[in-house]
Parts: sequence; structure tokens; C-alpha cells
Amino acid sequence: MYVVTGGVTKFAKAHPAMDFRLMVKRALDAALKETPNLTKERIQGSRISYFSDHFARQLKAASMVQDYLGLNPKGSVRIEWGGATGGECFQAAYEAVASGRMDICLAAGFETMSRVATWKGNEFIALASDTNFDFPLGGFYTGYYALMVIRHIYEYLRKTRFAHIKDERQAQKTAIAEGQRIMSMVSVKNHLNALHNPYAQYPKQLTVQDVLHSEMISYPLTREQICTMSDGAAVAILCDEERAREFTDRPVRITGVGCGTDTMRLADRPFGKVPLMRSERVADYRHLDYPGVHSFRAGRTAGLEAYRMAGISDPKTELSFIELHDAYASSEIQTYEDLGLCRYGEGYGFVESGAPFLKSIRYPFPTPRAGTIPVNPSGGLIACGHPVGATGLMQAVFALWQLQGRIRKNYGDGTLQIQNARRGAIHSHAGTGSAVTVSILERGF
Amino acid sequence: MMPPRPRPKSFEHFRDVQAELEQSGAALFKDAKGIESLVVRFPYSVNYIHSYAEDTPFFLGLSEGRLRGSKCTSKDCEFVYATPRGHCMVCGKPTAWFDLPTSGRVHAWTTCHFGSEAFLSETPYNLALVEFEGAGSLLLVRLKECAESDLYIGMPVEARFDPNPKYSITDVWFVPAEGALTP
Repeated sequence: MYVVTGGVTKFAKAHPAMDFRLMVKRALDAALKETPNLTKERIQGSRISYFSDHFARQLKAASMVQDYLGLNPKGSVRIEWGGATGGECFQAAYEAVASGRMDICLAAGFETMSRVATWKGNEFIALASDTNFDFPLGGFYTGYYALMVIRHIYEYLRKTRFAHIKDERQAQKTAIAEGQRIMSMVSVKNHLNALHNPYAQYPKQLTVQDVLHSEMISYPLTREQICTMSDGAAVAILCDEERAREFTDRPVRITGVGCGTDTMRLADRPFGKVPLMRSERVADYRHLDYPGVHSFRAGRTAGLEAYRMAGISDPKTELSFIELHDAYASSEIQTYEDLGLCRYGEGYGFVESGAPFLKSIRYPFPTPRAGTIPVNPSGGLIACGHPVGATGLMQAVFALWQLQGRIRKNYGDGTLQIQNARRGAIHSHAGTGSAVTVSILERGF
Repeated sequence: MMPPRPRPKSFEHFRDVQAELEQSGAALFKDAKGIESLVVRFPYSVNYIHSYAEDTPFFLGLSEGRLRGSKCTSKDCEFVYATPRGHCMVCGKPTAWFDLPTSGRVHAWTTCHFGSEAFLSETPYNLALVEFEGAGSLLLVRLKECAESDLYIGMPVEARFDPNPKYSITDVWFVPAEGALTP
């Protein structure tokens, strides 16, 4: 199974001059422009994703996209799976082709979040939490992720770096300050990377102090550590091996897909054992209750499935880059551990080592191991924006361009091109890790 | 012939469009290329008929000042849920109701300085996941009578119940147990 082309609209706070149909049309036109032999007529059907009927205020909005693109009467289905909607859509298109049902399938996604005020938008998103037990408490996704990172910091900074501090409350406060500082480094990375990505919504030159001193949203997460709401669309076209080379001399092969889930309520997450990466041992986690509310079991599950299928045993050395779902700077760090870039508990040190940073960019602090495994070279959700139904497909398009060596061509700036990128992963994540997809893409030429 | 309605006002910033919608219900947004889009206000509200269904005894319990969890009825499992559920997620057997202790410890916490529109007027508020002796899962609650700087993992907390219940999870909240805030 191959990806042969993709397209994205620039993600923006608001695109009032485009409705969702036109945004998808623009993204599709951009994709088809890359592959002259692949005309709309040859697309055999589609998988179309958007997250929220509340944001669209148009039920069956995916039908209207299919219609506007002129794909009737071909087959289609709408995909929705919270924040992982785009990643699920990509895998649904993969399955349509892998099953032999279609030779060529369009994966298209969008979201129009500007149609309501920001805090109403947060309410719509929070309705994707349990409406009996969670939402009425002040349902707020940033609050849920803040609960998780407070525990993550407790498990992995309080109990290690600050184990020597006897006063429990003082130790926790010190650990949180350290966690905030390191999360801010992630935010600086993603915003700075995005300065070279013309599709990004919020490229910015920031310092750790700027991030720390931006508005407190839900303690300990500040505004610059959180992605924003966006309008945008993205598409990817998938096909079988036979046709891939007809459309492009640089096809990208999908060699692994994985998906995991977890309980909707954080309160129900189990306290069990870690499903191990090949490099890990039972003894590594003897004292760890997993996942609790500190880690994303769905992310680990999705990663393991995708790695097994792609034959990857050490993702840190066998992947050239990862585009992962950094809705929060905290969840980027948690995801390093889920995806086995480092062990559980090593995420903060992994940031400080510089491993997920790019070699081609100067960050305002030392990054000695930059280039080890660049994470979110595009700028991720924090800087590119997060039009939910499009986000996972945006990652697929950016990964496609990395592997094709076409970052300079498509961004108009080659800074973010990872040299000799051979294999990358994309990672899409739904509310508090209730569902996660991981897909592995490899150069097919 | 009908007299023409005056053309809506045109703006180059979307935030000005939003402000105009509050005034007149319609505005034109003019983008950098000079293309105009007509933007209108579309109110959208609903009273949803929400049933607590199998979770009902929990919410009735709150109105009686009781905190109820559920416990798996299988002798081989006996998983204890602090946030009750009708069937056990481990073995699939039905659960039975029981009274949770009304005190526990903070497992994780946050202070929300913003929130969904419906709760913005209540900010800042604290959320906490509370752990209970003998229970295998947690309960998400509001934590009152303490400030962000007071909070820590492991803090002992106690339940309080609303004397005028509204049949919502907010009928229960927790406060620091005596002595929890003194060093």
C-alpha cells in the first residue's frame, strides 16, 4: 500500500472565505497537481473525516464533501474518532486499498472550529468526555491533560531527580517547576521549527521564559504549551503497488499500521503492567503501576502493533523522524515514552539531551544530541494548528514530503528537510489517549 | 418592489465581524484578496433529555449524602470501582452497589484558570482524581476550600454533599481533611 500524493490548506484561526467543502477541494486540487496521471476520475472512493457535528453544524458534512468534489456515486464513509480522527481516516483508506475493495482511495479530512468562540469550542470538545461523571465538573480537556502531567511529573521527576528532598510538598513543587521548564523546551522547538513551514498557523520565535510566563490555562500548562483551534483541510491519496509508480517516481510505502484504545474516563485507567518494547525488561518497571493516569496505554499499544508489522525493533534508530500528536507539550513528552524513543521515565531527560530537536535549527539552549530522532519537524499541532479531522492527514502529507525529499519544493524552504529520511512514523491521538493510531511510512523508491 | 435592505457592514478583521454579528446579526468579511464572504449569526441551543440509566443509583445516592461505588459480583474478580459502572470492565460480570468511604487521597490535581464556556464564570476551580482505600479505580471531583499553592499528591480529602442536590456529579465535592494543609 502506498501514498502517492497529498495536499493541505494553510491552517488558520479562521477561513471565513472557505467553507469545509471548498477547503477540502483546495487540498485535493493541490494533491492532484503533483500527480498529472492521477485524475479525479480515477479515484474509486473515499474515506472522509471530521470530528464534530457541533463545529460543522451540518450533519453528514462528509456527504457534502463527497458531493462537492464530484465523487458521487462512488463509495465513501465518514470517519470519526475524536482527536485521532485524521489518523483513523488514513488507516481506513489503507484498509480500503489493502482489502482489494479499491485500487485508489482518497483520505480527506477537515474541521471548521472558528465558527464558535474559543471557550464554546472547548465546551464542544469537552463533550467528548463522559457527560455523566466528567463534563459537568467543568469539563475542559486542558484540565484533563494537566491532571495527567501532574502525575507524570510525580512518577518521573519527583521520585527520581528530586527523591532526595525530604519535604514532600516542597519536592513536588520543585519537580513541577522542572517539568514546566522542560515542557517549555518542547514548545520552543515546535514553534521554532514552524518558522520554516508556510502551512503552520503559529510559527514563533520563543524562549523558555516566554513559554513559562504565558497565561496559565490549567496548572501547570500555559498557553504556549497548548495547541489552538483551527480551520483547515488535508488529503492523502493511497493506492496499490501496481498503480503507485504510474503516478509518481517517489511513492511512499505504508509498512505498518497500529491502533490502541483506552477508557474514556481517566478515573478508570488501570494500574497494571507495561506492554514491553523489545529493548525493555520486566525489571525496568517493577515499581510502576501502568498506565495509571500518567501514560497513554493506547499509544504504546498502537506503537507496538505498527512496529511489529513494519519489522521495527528500535524505533529511535530505525525511524528518521516522527510527526506526533502534541496537542500539549506534556503529551509530546509522554508520547516519546509510549513510542519507545526512550524508556518510561526518561522523557524529560530525552528532551534535555536534544534528541528530538533538528540539527538544522539553532534553539536558544544547548541540544547536544540534536538530529537523533527529530520529533515534529513540521512544528506539530502546537505550531501548525489542530483542525481535528485534518490533523492526522496533515501529518501524513508532511511525512510524505519528508520521505520524497520534497520539503524544499513544498515549503519553499529546505531547513526542515531531514537528510536521507527513509522511514517515518505518524501518530494521531484522541482525548486523554482514549484512542491512538500509529502508521509507518517508508521511502518506496 | 421591496426597498433594498442596507448592505451589511464589511470588515477586514474576523474579530470585528464577530462583534458586528452581536449587533446586527450579519456582516461581510473581506479577505486580503478583496473577496467578500457574508457571515450571519446562527443561534443553536437545545434542552437535551439526559438519562443516567444504569448510573442512576450513584446520582440518587449523592442526593442522600452517600458516595456509592460498585464492585464486581464475580468471586474470581471482585474488582472495586470508585467511579461506578454497571458491568465489570475486567471480566464483564454485573457489579453490585456499595458505599465508598467518604475520605480518600489526591492522586492527581489541577487548577483550571479557564474552562468550557458553561463553567468560565466558576474559574479558577480545582479538579482532583481521588483514590480510596481498597478501590481499584479513581473518582474525578472538584476540590474546594484550598488554593493552587496548597495542593499536593497524597493530600487527605473528605467528601461534602450539596444539601440542595441538582442530580449532578457536582452534588459532591471534596475538601482538605483536617490538618491536610498544615506542614
